[in-house]
Amino acid sequence: MAHKLSIFRGLVTFKSNIQKIWGVLVFLSIVTAIEVALGIIKPSVLLTPVLGMKGLNWIFIILTLVKAYYIAWDFMHLRDEKRSFTSSIVLPLLILIPYLMFILLVEADYIYNVMLDGFVSWNF
Amino acid sequence: MEATTDIVENESVWGGGNKPLNASYGKMMMWFFIVSDALTFSGFLVAYGFSRFKNIDSWPIADEVFYHFPFLHGIDAPMYYVALMTFILIFSSVTMVLAVDAGHKMQKTKVAIYMLLTIIGGAIFVGSQAWEWKNFIQGEYGAVETKGGQILQFVTADSGERVALESFASTLPTDRSQHTGDEGIWFVSEPSLPTYSLAEVQEGFLANPNLLIKTEMIDAATGHKIVLDRAASEAKIAQAMYVVEGANLVRNEYGNRLFADFFFFITGFHGFHVFSGVVINCIIFFNVLLGTYDRRGHYEMVEKVGLYWHFVDLVWVFVFTFFYLV
Repeated sequence: MAHKLSIFRGLVTFKSNIQKIWGVLVFLSIVTAIEVALGIIKPSVLLTPVLGMKGLNWIFIILTLVKAYYIAWDFMHLRDEKRSFTSSIVLPLLILIPYLMFILLVEADYIYNVMLDGFVSWNF
Repeated sequence: MEATTDIVENESVWGGGNKPLNASYGKMMMWFFIVSDALTFSGFLVAYGFSRFKNIDSWPIADEVFYHFPFLHGIDAPMYYVALMTFILIFSSVTMVLAVDAGHKMQKTKVAIYMLLTIIGGAIFVGSQAWEWKNFIQGEYGAVETKGGQILQFVTADSGERVALESFASTLPTDRSQHTGDEGIWFVSEPSLPTYSLAEVQEGFLANPNLLIKTEMIDAATGHKIVLDRAASEAKIAQAMYVVEGANLVRNEYGNRLFADFFFFITGFHGFHVFSGVVINCIIFFNVLLGTYDRRGHYEMVEKVGLYWHFVDLVWVFVFTFFYLV
C-alpha cells in the first residue's frame, strides 16, 4: 500500500511511513508542550478578549484543531484514503458540529444575560 | 470524484463484497461508527460549553481544581499531570500506528509487540484517570454551600491560600450520628455526614480572624475568584446551609454543581471508551499471537481497532482543551 509521505503541504517529506509516524509524534508533542507552557504561564498579553473570548483560549482551540488534523490525517491515515471517502467522513462533522456550537453557545450567552439583568437574585 | 467512477468488473455486485470508495466494508463501518461517536462527544462537549457560557462569570477555574501530581503531595502542580496523561495516550497511538504498519508488512512478532505496548499505554491512562477521579471525589479543602447553591471556599487573609476545614473547624459536643436504615424505620436513612457539622465550621470561622471567604464569582478584570473582606465574610458564613467535602453528582466543593456532573460524565464516557479500547486491543493481541491474521493473509483487523484507538486519542485532545486549558 502506497503511503503519502509528505506533511505540511509537502514542506517535510519522510523516507518511510515509520519515519513519518515518529515525525508526526514529535510535532504533536511540541504542540502539546506549547499548550501546557501557555496554560501554566498565561501571558497577560494573551488574556485580552478577541472576538468574545480570551486570545489565549483561541490559541488553545486552534492548536487543538491542528492536533486533531494530524491525528486524523496521519495516524488514522485519512491522507491515504480516497478523497471522496475522506470527505464523506469529515464534511458531516465540519457542518454539524459548528452549527450545534453556534446555536447552543448563543443561547447560553442569552440566558446568561437574562440571569444577569433579571429581577431574580441567584446569589444568596 | 475518482471513486464514483470505479467500475467493478467480473464480480457479483449484488452480494456485497466489492469495495466502494476503495475501503473494505469493515473499515468503512468503523469510520462511520467513529463519525457518529464523534457527534455524541461533540454533543456532550457543546452541552458543557452551554453550561459554561451560561455561568461564564462563576465557572470553576481548572487550575484551582486539578493541581495534584503523584508523589508531590501538597505541591501546587496544575496541568502537569494531565499533560503527562495526554502524552501517554498520544504515545500509545504511535505504537498503534507502528503495529498497523508492521501489519502491512506481515511481521507478526512486531505487530504483537506494538499491540502489547499500546495496551500497556491504555492501561496506564485508565489508571491515571482513576487517580484523577479519586482526588476529585475526595477533595482536599472542603467548602460550604449557601441556600442559593453557591459554594464558599476559605482562604487566609494574609497569603490568600486555600484553608482546609479541618485546620480551623472547632469541635462541638454533639450526639448527632448518621441515620442508617437498620435504626428506626427501615426505609428511612441518610448519606454519610460530613466530618464537621455546619455549626462547627461557622464557629471556627468566626473565632479565626485570619480567614476570608472566596466566592464563586470571577473578577472580570483579574480573572481570579472574588475574595470577600472580613465583614462581608462574617455575614456570608451565616447564610451557609451545607458542609461540602469533595464531589458527588449533587454538590461539589469546587463550585457550580454542573461542573462536577460534566466532569464525571464526559471524562467517564471517555474513560469507558479507553477501557473498551483496551479490551478490544487485548482480543486482537491474542488473535495476533494465535496467528489468526497470518492465516487470513492480511492484518486489516489491526487497522480497524487502530482507527478506534486513535479516535479515543482524538477525543482526549478535545477533552483536555476544554476541561483543563480553556
